[in-house]
Formats: sequence, structure tokens, C-alpha cells
Amino acid sequence: MPTDKPRLSRDHMLDLLKHMIRIRRFEDKCAELYTQEKIRGFLHLYDGEEAIAVGIIPVLEKRDRIVATYREHGQALVRGVPMTTALAEMYGKQEGCSHGRGGSMHLFDRATNFYGGNAIVGGGLPLSIGLALADRMRGGDIVTACFFGDGAVAEGEFHETMNLAALWGLPVLFVCENNLYAMGTALALSESETDIQRKAACYRIASEAVDGMDVIAVEAAARRAVHAVRESRKPYFLECRTYRLRAHSMFDAQLYRDKAEVEAWRHKDPIVRYQTWLEANHMVHADDSARIEADVAAEIAEAVAFAEAGTWEPVEQLTRFTYADKASEPVSEALWNK
Amino acid sequence: MVDFRMPSLGADMEAGTLVEWLVKPGDQVKRGDVVAVVETQKGAIEIEIFEAGQIEQILVDLNTKVAVGTPLARIRTELEGPLGAVTAAPPLAAPAIPLAGPPLVRAPVAPPPPPPIAPGAAARARVSPAARRLAEARGIDLSTLAGSGSAGAITYADVERRLRGAVAPPEKKRAPWLDLDAMRTAIAAAMARSKREIPHYYLEHQVDVTACEQWLTQKNATRPPDNRLLIGALAIKAAALAARRFPAFNGFYRDGKFEPASAVHAGVAIAIRGGGLAAPALHEADQISVDELMTGMRDLVQRTRAGRIRSSEISDPTITVTSLGERGVETLYGIIYPPQVAIVGFGKIVTRPWVIDGAIGPRSVVTITLSADHRVSDGHAGALFLAEIGRLLQEPDKL
Amino acid sequence: MEQVTIKPAATEITYRDAVREAIRDACRRDERVFLMGEDVGRYGGCYAVSKGLLAEFGPERIRDTPLSESGFTGAGIGAAMAGMRPIVELMTVNFSLLALDQILNSAATVRHMSGNQFGVPLVIRMATGAGRQVAAQHSHSLEGWYAHIPGIKVLAPATLEDARGMLWTALEEPDPVLIFENVMLYNMTGKLARDAGPVDIDKAAVRRPGRDISLITYGGSLWKTLEAATALAAENIDAEVIDLRSLRPLDDATIMTSVAKTRRAVIIDEGWRSGSLSAEIGMRIVEQAFWELDAPIGRVCSAEVPIPYPRHLENAAIPQVPKIVAAAKAALGRT
Repeated sequence: MPTDKPRLSRDHMLDLLKHMIRIRRFEDKCAELYTQEKIRGFLHLYDGEEAIAVGIIPVLEKRDRIVATYREHGQALVRGVPMTTALAEMYGKQEGCSHGRGGSMHLFDRATNFYGGNAIVGGGLPLSIGLALADRMRGGDIVTACFFGDGAVAEGEFHETMNLAALWGLPVLFVCENNLYAMGTALALSESETDIQRKAACYRIASEAVDGMDVIAVEAAARRAVHAVRESRKPYFLECRTYRLRAHSMFDAQLYRDKAEVEAWRHKDPIVRYQTWLEANHMVHADDSARIEADVAAEIAEAVAFAEAGTWEPVEQLTRFTYADKASEPVSEALWNK
Repeated sequence: MVDFRMPSLGADMEAGTLVEWLVKPGDQVKRGDVVAVVETQKGAIEIEIFEAGQIEQILVDLNTKVAVGTPLARIRTELEGPLGAVTAAPPLAAPAIPLAGPPLVRAPVAPPPPPPIAPGAAARARVSPAARRLAEARGIDLSTLAGSGSAGAITYADVERRLRGAVAPPEKKRAPWLDLDAMRTAIAAAMARSKREIPHYYLEHQVDVTACEQWLTQKNATRPPDNRLLIGALAIKAAALAARRFPAFNGFYRDGKFEPASAVHAGVAIAIRGGGLAAPALHEADQISVDELMTGMRDLVQRTRAGRIRSSEISDPTITVTSLGERGVETLYGIIYPPQVAIVGFGKIVTRPWVIDGAIGPRSVVTITLSADHRVSDGHAGALFLAEIGRLLQEPDKL
Repeated sequence: MEQVTIKPAATEITYRDAVREAIRDACRRDERVFLMGEDVGRYGGCYAVSKGLLAEFGPERIRDTPLSESGFTGAGIGAAMAGMRPIVELMTVNFSLLALDQILNSAATVRHMSGNQFGVPLVIRMATGAGRQVAAQHSHSLEGWYAHIPGIKVLAPATLEDARGMLWTALEEPDPVLIFENVMLYNMTGKLARDAGPVDIDKAAVRRPGRDISLITYGGSLWKTLEAATALAAENIDAEVIDLRSLRPLDDATIMTSVAKTRRAVIIDEGWRSGSLSAEIGMRIVEQAFWELDAPIGRVCSAEVPIPYPRHLENAAIPQVPKIVAAAKAALGRT
């Protein structure tokens, strides 16, 4: 059964739209909460890149695994990490998905095989080939999806990982979210070869580039890629060309890029583009959008209430889970079952 | 009406300077609109508003540095549906981290475990290396010194003091070794401080202890002399039980407040030949039997006179009991040992004419006194406390 | 008459053999175990530890890697998170620095950071130490640095029993364990019971009981310390030698019991003196056994120099028996 054609049913179309809007509004709320000091530390938002997470992750199976970066709210939400526990995690409450220990950059969720946000650029790449190696040695058919940015391709670990993945035949879908900037450094100023998918091709990995602002194109590419990885048990490299509409993080004056450039990319906003296309093709009506916005707003309000009502982990548990606490079950599950 | 406040834009942002307003009073704004520019250590950052409405009033002038959370403008909001309603709520001011949950507990770091000392080492005095060296160099016998360091250790200052012959400030714990001079100095300082700081009040009460004497005679009839019970043990037990029931007399007054103690450790005033005095603790005096009390008292007296009392025994008492015994006086008023808040005195037992069941007869009577800290208790409570001791002494078999 | 063959209860083997036996045993017992590192397969291991294992277990389980320390250490971490029991071999502690990010920022942090959802049951073996004239970039002793990191355990097997038995226990740990094998120990021979099994990995061992001074050490320095103890005995100084075995966690109880008994301590540590593990141990003794001490705590560490190449300079740079003897005597006020 060929799985590489996107399903063009109305339900699916609306689903894609809802996923993207859900991410955008959530990120927006996070920005607001951050300015109010409810969320602290570093906050990296996904505005403009939604089409990537939304185009790829629903194509994966439940048993597949995901490794992501510190800009991982979008991936987490689409994957099914509950918005409540994700937000509680950002508040630092113990009801958070990482028990409040990690914050925005370290969302982990075992139940959805979400192997973390990672704050070390490129740090997740070796992890992803390890997960894939385990599956390969056990003869399974899991796909490990590894998300990383254009900044990561400068790191030695990127090259080591590409080489090992190709050499050992590891079933990883590498997704490079190329938003043209590694924090404040433009791609052209840090890479001699800016055509990123060519780097993977040099390691003899099947690779392609896709318009990361077009959710349909991303989904189509994802279907091809995931199918290839699952069948061939070899890695695949998908470069998604996209743009970050917000700054790198909240505390960023964006001195390194032109306002005009940001505005130009704003016209390619994946949500606006997709929504316009749907409306033009009469696949979505005004009250569909209104309903989506209302549902999303309600879900966000519920998540905020959940996070606000959350509790702080008692200080005397500080050292707990530095090492395995062999006597007890993972605390986060116990809390959720209360 | 809601306030638009200076947002926090980063982990290390504490304040920002408004350098440009992009809206003016009367302008309509919606969620996500960029309304101003703020100069921070990283450069100028545009800030967005999360409410929808109309700018009513600008509150902060340009080029003023304001702290995160300071209101910058007032917005007249429109309640326009779920999204609007959510954001119309005034954003909470930057809170301090609320420690919801269990009340304040100690830091989780466990103190290092006490060293597993080899047998026999427990008796060895603790002497700091610096003290040891000084003592050795100047010929001071360490065994004659009282230690004022942690866990009763002898410190450099202790040796110095001996060399100087100076007055010792008897702070906190001290182990009364058989250095009587130092002990007297310490007592002087403690008593002076007590009188200076503690507003004492005094009560006395006469108690018929005939029942006690009779009970003791009966108990001791079959016991060898060194195992006999003395009335002092009954007195301490009764005082301890009363202290349990009247917590205002059992504990410490420190840092301007009274801390009732959870246990009753009765300090027993013991005179030392040569003019010394110590009041080490009989621990859990209200929980142990009279026999155990008696044994404990004997042990304390013996060790005190041999100079082998632990400093914790000196600092542990939560209330003190004093008596001058048979060669004493009828009534004695003690001075409270700070930071305790009460001291009970037992005079000598005298035979008095007493009214029992309407008739006059001779009875053994003792005057018990209470000196108590009026910051913590007052006469009414003191009277009840003393009366309770008197009542308990009527039923010695229940002690 | 029936020929009765009595199997020897113990065989003469080397430390290297003991480690190999440990790996072989682990691979046989648990199919989740595999060895991964540079030249562990076809080459047989840089120190010949894994010689013959490729033929026995195949290339999937004795896995040669490219020179990608960060890559394959991270892969080991990922594989462990996914339920395997990898043994990552970093050729030496010197090259492990390329994998330090993965060890510290992933392996050590994942459990705490994820709120106990994921653990990393990974074992990393590394060779360590100086003495073979391989110069500055190949002679570090950085166990003390690793022992600084919460979330991992750090071991230093110095005897055949420990070389054979610690790996077993380490593989059963749900958290990352680093095992440091001092290069000078690989050729060491001794007798080891054929059925030698697992040993504990959290207790120090008193290798030589004594009354006068506690000599506290680990790894390659153990044997020099024992030799020093023999020399001290000839001068009527009865030294107690403690082999730490586990560098994180440190076995405070054993250390303090010893110091309370002898009242003197010298710590022998092949790391560079400043900020070394000996500093941590010394401070713990001050915290927990101050009142027992009768002399300042001494230490014998490596000189603060990059380890030099010529033999006489290398010898002068690292702890040696005469220095240990001198330090012990100094603690006793003897010269």
C-alpha cells in the first residue's frame, strides 16, 4: 500500500490546519507568559516553522521515536505530548512532562516516545543513531526521526552521525530545519556549502530539500522519506527550508537580520498560505476556522489553568532521580494517576 | 482597564528603557501588535502587546529605565470572546517563587555522618590542632581546661584564656571540667545575665509530703542502702510531669520568643565540693520511672563531682530543679538558668502542725517554690503548675 | 582405575585477560550487551583486551567504529536509552574529551532532566594513566574530573577480581558507569578463581590493615602504595592501605573508620594535584574526622606538568614509591 501520497480528504486538510494553528497560538501564549515571568530561562519559539512538524510527525507511527532540539514545542504538541503537561513543564511545576526539571528546552515524554528537547546544538544527533542502532540490532522496523537546525551541521557530531548512520545502515529520518540562522549567524556566514542536503548526500545518504513553508509539500516528502527508512532500514535526509518569524529566543534584538527580510518571509507564513489555499479551493469555510480558533483557545486556557494550579517539587527531593530510585516507580506517572 | 507592563524578555533582564512608543492614546491595538521599543543590554527590542483594546493613557516617559513588571500604559479592553476574555485578565505582577506545598523544611543535604570512632576514642578529649600546639608549647595541661568549641572541643581561645587568666564569657554550651575558677566565672556570668534579662516572678507553696515519706520507707525497707530511693527523685518526677502538663515552664526563651521543648529534660542542681555548681540534665525525666531517675541522679552526681559531664548534658535541661537538701533552708528561690524559663526549688522537709480531716496533727511538710520568666508565663499559670506538683506528690505510687 | 582430573581452582592470568573474560561473559549472558569502540574488533583492541571476541560474537556485537568519539558515545547513550546494554570503549581517557559533551550533557543528565522517564544504563570503559613514555597527550589521569559529575558512577578496578567482576555489576546498573583501567595494570599477572563472579561497586577495600597511618589510593597507584607499605613496615611503620575502588560514590565510611583508627592519612592520586580527587577526599576527612587527626593530611599526586616523554622525567612527574614512603613518614614526624 503506497503511503507516499498525501491524503487529500477534507478532514485531513482541516487537521493539518488545526495542528499548525494550535502550535502558533500556543507559542504566542508562551511568549506572553514569558513576559510575565511565568516561564523563565530561555524560550525558543517555532513561529513560521509549523509546517515541518505538522507535515512530518503525523506520518510517523506510535512506536517510532523522536529526538528534537530546544525549539521543540511544535514537535511535542503534534506528537501528542499533552499541552497541559508541556506548559506545566515550562512553568517548572512538578506536574510537567519532565517533572518540572527541564523547562522549555527539555520536554521529554516516554508515553509518546519523545526523547527530548536538547540544548546542545547537534547533541541529539548521536542519540538518534543510538536509538536506531538498538532497533536495528533487534530486527525491528522503527523509524527514529531526528530534528535539528542548520546550526547543527557545523558541529563535528553532525558529520560523525551522518557517517555512522550511512556506514551502519541506521533507520533514521534526519530532518534539518534550515531557517537560515544559527541563533544570530546567517548560514552563508558559517558554511562553505550552504546547500545542506548535499552534505548528507556526500555521506551517501538519500537526501532531498523541500519547501518547509508548504505543509502539503512537507507531508508528501515525509511520506516518501518515512516509507524509505522503514522499508530500506537506511537513513534518509530531509532538508526543510523554512524561516523563523520570531527572534531566536525572547531576549534577542535581532541585530543580525533585516526587518525587510523578516517581512518578506512573513508573506510566506505557512499558516496564512495554507489557509488561503484552502479557502480558495473551498475546502474550508469561515466557521471552520472560527471553530478551530475557539477549540485551540479553550485548550490553551485549560493548559494555563493547569500550569497555574501546578505545584512546586519539594526541595528535599532535589537529589532524587540523579540516580535510579530502584524502590519506586517513575514519579511523573504516579502524579498523573492521582 | 488593564495595565500593559514592561515585559521580561530574558533570564537576566531586570529592567529596560523605553525609547519609542509606536502607539498613542486613542489607538486601537490587538493581540500581537508591536507597540513600543525597549532598549536592553542586547540592543533595541520591539515589544508586543497581548491584550486587545484602546490605548487609554501612557504612564511612562521615554528614556526612563523601569523595572520589569512596571506598568507602561493603560488599555481599555473589549471583552471579545474566549481569546479576549483570557487576555483581558490583568497580568499578575512578577511573583516571588511561591513555596506552595509542605512548609519549610531543612535543606535536603544530610549532614556528614558522625565519624565511626574506634572504641575507647569516645573518652578522648577533642582538642583543635592549634590549641594542642599552643598548650604544648606553653605547658598547659589540657585535661584542666573547659572546651568552648563545637562539641565541647578545646580551642585555641580556651588555651589563650588560661594563659591570660582572663574572664571567660560563658556563651552557649560549656563542659564544666574540674576547673572551679572557670566554673565560678561562668556561673557568675550566667546568673548576672539571668537577673539582667529575665523578669522573674516568685511563688511558693507548702506541700504535705507525708505520703511520700511513708511510701519511701515502705519501698526502701527491702533495699540495700545504695539502691534506696530518695525523696529528691520523687520531687524531680513530680516537677517533670507537671512541666509536661504546663508547657509554659518547659523550654527556652531565645531570640525574643519562647520555644517550648518537646521533651522534658530536668536539670538537677548539683553542688561540687570547693564551690562549684552544675545542673546537668536527666533526660526525659517525665517518661522514666522513679527508679531510673534515682539511678540517673546518682550517676549525674558522681560524674559531676568527677568532672565527667558532657556538655550536652549541661545545655539540654528544659527546666531545672534545685534543692539544698536536709542541711538547707525551708525555702529557697532559685535563679533561672538562661535560656530556660523556670526553676523549681524544694526546701528541707520539716514537721509541722497540719490540719487533716478537721484535726490538727504533725505532718511532714516541704515548701516548694517557683521562679519563672514573666515574659512567658504569669502567676496564675505558675500557681497551677506548683499546685500540680503538690497534687502529684500526694500519690507517690503513681509517679 | 578412573582418571580423576582436578581442575585448578584458580588460574594464572593477566589483568587484561580478566577484563576480556568479563566482556566475554557479559556477551554470553545477555544478548543486549555489545562492545563498541575504535579497533575493538579486527585489531583486537588497542590494549589487546578484546582479542578474539570478534570471531566469537560477530561484528554486530563487537562493533568497530570510526574515529568519532562523540558520535559513538552518543550512539551508546541512545542505544542504552532504547533498552540495550552497550559497553562503549573509549580508547583512552585522553580521547574521551571528545565525548565529554555526550557523557556530561546527555548520559549524566537525562534521568534527572526528564523527571525519571529515561535512564541510561551504559558502561564506558577507558584506559588511563601514564608510565609508557607516550607523552603529554596520551598520559592523562582524569578519573577525578569524571568523579565530579553527578548522575554517573566512576570505578577504578586495581585488582584481578575487580577487573573481572566490576563490569558485571556495572552492566546491571540503571545509570551510566565509567570504568577506568590503568594502562600499567594490563600486564599484571596473578591468580584468579575460575568462577570469579561479580563484585560490589560501591565499597572501598582495606588491602592491608595497619595501625599507624591510612594510605588511601586507587587504580594504578595501588600497587606502588602497597610496595611503600612494605618499605614502611621495615621502618616499623604499620600502614593501612585502602583501595577506593569506587571514585564516585566515595566510600566515606571505610575511609573515616580507617582514619579514626590511625589518625593520619596520605592520599595517593595520579591526577594533577590541584583540584584533584585527593583534594575532595582530604576535605571529606576534615569534614568528618577532623577531631581524630593527629597530623596534617598529606598527598602524593602528579606534578603540575604535561606528562613528559623521557623516562626519568615521566617517573619524576607521577607518584612513586619513595614519595609515598616520604609522605607517610612526614605525617609521623619522621624524616
